[in-house]
Amino acid sequence: MHKYKESIMRGLFFLSALASIIAVLLICIFLFANGIPAIGKIGLFNFILGTEWSPTDSPPAFGILPMILGSIYVTAGAIIIGVPIGVLTAVYMARVCSKGVYKILKPGIELLAGIPSVVYGFFGIVVIVPIVREFFGGTGSSIVTAAILLGIMILPTVIAISESAIRAVPDSYYEGALALGASHERSLFFAVLPAAKSGILAAIILGVGRAIGETMAVIMVAGNQARMPVDILRGARTLTANIVIEMGYAAELHREALIATGVVLFVFILIINLSFSFVKRMEK
Amino acid sequence: MKITSKKPLDLCLALLVRGAAAITCLVLVFLVGYIFVKGVPYLKPSLFSLTYTSENVSIFPAFITTLMMTFLSLLIAVPLGVFTGIYLVEYAKRGNKIIGLVSITTETLAGIPSIVYGLFGLLFFVTYLEWGFSLLAGAFTLAIMILPLIMRTTEEALKAVPDSFREGAFGLGAGRLRTVFKIVLPAAIPGILAGVILAIGRIVGETAALIYTAGTVAQIPGLAKEGSVVFDSGRTLAVHMYALSSEGFYINEAYATAVILLGLVIGINILSAFIAKRLVGGSN
Repeated sequence: MHKYKESIMRGLFFLSALASIIAVLLICIFLFANGIPAIGKIGLFNFILGTEWSPTDSPPAFGILPMILGSIYVTAGAIIIGVPIGVLTAVYMARVCSKGVYKILKPGIELLAGIPSVVYGFFGIVVIVPIVREFFGGTGSSIVTAAILLGIMILPTVIAISESAIRAVPDSYYEGALALGASHERSLFFAVLPAAKSGILAAIILGVGRAIGETMAVIMVAGNQARMPVDILRGARTLTANIVIEMGYAAELHREALIATGVVLFVFILIINLSFSFVKRMEK
Repeated sequence: MKITSKKPLDLCLALLVRGAAAITCLVLVFLVGYIFVKGVPYLKPSLFSLTYTSENVSIFPAFITTLMMTFLSLLIAVPLGVFTGIYLVEYAKRGNKIIGLVSITTETLAGIPSIVYGLFGLLFFVTYLEWGFSLLAGAFTLAIMILPLIMRTTEEALKAVPDSFREGAFGLGAGRLRTVFKIVLPAAIPGILAGVILAIGRIVGETAALIYTAGTVAQIPGLAKEGSVVFDSGRTLAVHMYALSSEGFYINEAYATAVILLGLVIGINILSAFIAKRLVGGSN
């Protein structure tokens, strides 16, 4: 009896371990099987590089270049805003602040990571949109607004990974720089920080992944116009927003084109994941 | 070290680092403070009516749905995640190919944005398995989403249990299964629990993965419909909040919902940190 129990449970544990593999396989199969045919019908070139998205016109146009550019602009903006603040905060937490301050700061950053994206989006609507409207005119829902909000949202990711990268730099680097006569700040910026650069790069890549995949917060503040982005002070639509906004009523080729949009996003994410693990491997 | 007696560059760098940390703190404090100050006055008793009408805009059904969704998702993901952790740490031999494969797929799963999970849930659970917009479809989608988190925390918690525990149990004649369940697992419980609580935070805050899997009906699932509760649709607090703020008529109620969501997330973070701290204290 005991022998059976051992091997049954062992089998159960093994099957559970397969769950994540099965999940990834299923996600790939269902996304690609439902999305690839649409890309075939529309034509890869027309789909990826088409500048017009008008799925309900006749004839319809399914070009997602506006959304690809929208995602890239918004993400780039988020990186420009979030990475410098994030990395500098990480330096502060890892090498400058006292233990007491750290004890308050660390849970704060963790809370920032835990706040739901709808709450961020709502904060964007009631605070950031009016500010942008006040300063730059227009409706306030724009690429800049989304970039500011996403810049805030990627902070915890950038800070956490940069911090551990900076902490992983041996103390001898810092001490060596001090011994050569460099000041505390110079040692940090010209000896410790360069040594942590691959970890910081990993943090940036993960930040890109978070920004490009973010959906709800972006929908709430980016304006979502499905046209080529012309001005960073005007609205744009991201890949993620395209799916959520139109999936509710889409049918047939339109629906398949939205799934194909998901496939393009998924491929972006896979590339980002691959480069992340590549950078992490380089680190070792 | 006095800031005032520094050279210009050092002063600049020191100010930069402190400024960045200050911005991060200010953003957090302002966001949480703003939502609380604006939202708490709108936490009226009518918000907690049993059914949702356009007059009372009750969040009670959404709250119940959130509890059900959390329970169901954990019911699916926790055994799978914990068993996987057990297999990887206690059973699989070092260098086993499965370990590498599982860790790659887990990393992939962790990087997939929630809208892609939502899309997959729509294609697989809602459409292919014909479950319709239902609690169950939403719960399975979320379960896959939180699986990496639970697996990883279980793995780390099990690895942190000293080998002497296992050797002691084996030495006393216990089998592998008994050693795992009676000795190793109990010692790893706080670590696993901290991970599970973080997973609850993700479930509570999730929107994009639920809109097209669990649907957006403002009701307590199963209350109005005959038949099984898990096949009825319902919207969680986060989805509810998105609906309120995108409709635009109920900004005050959206503030109140944001307060409740933030309160939950803060509570969850404190609880998780508290349990994790007890874990550290216990192993010393």
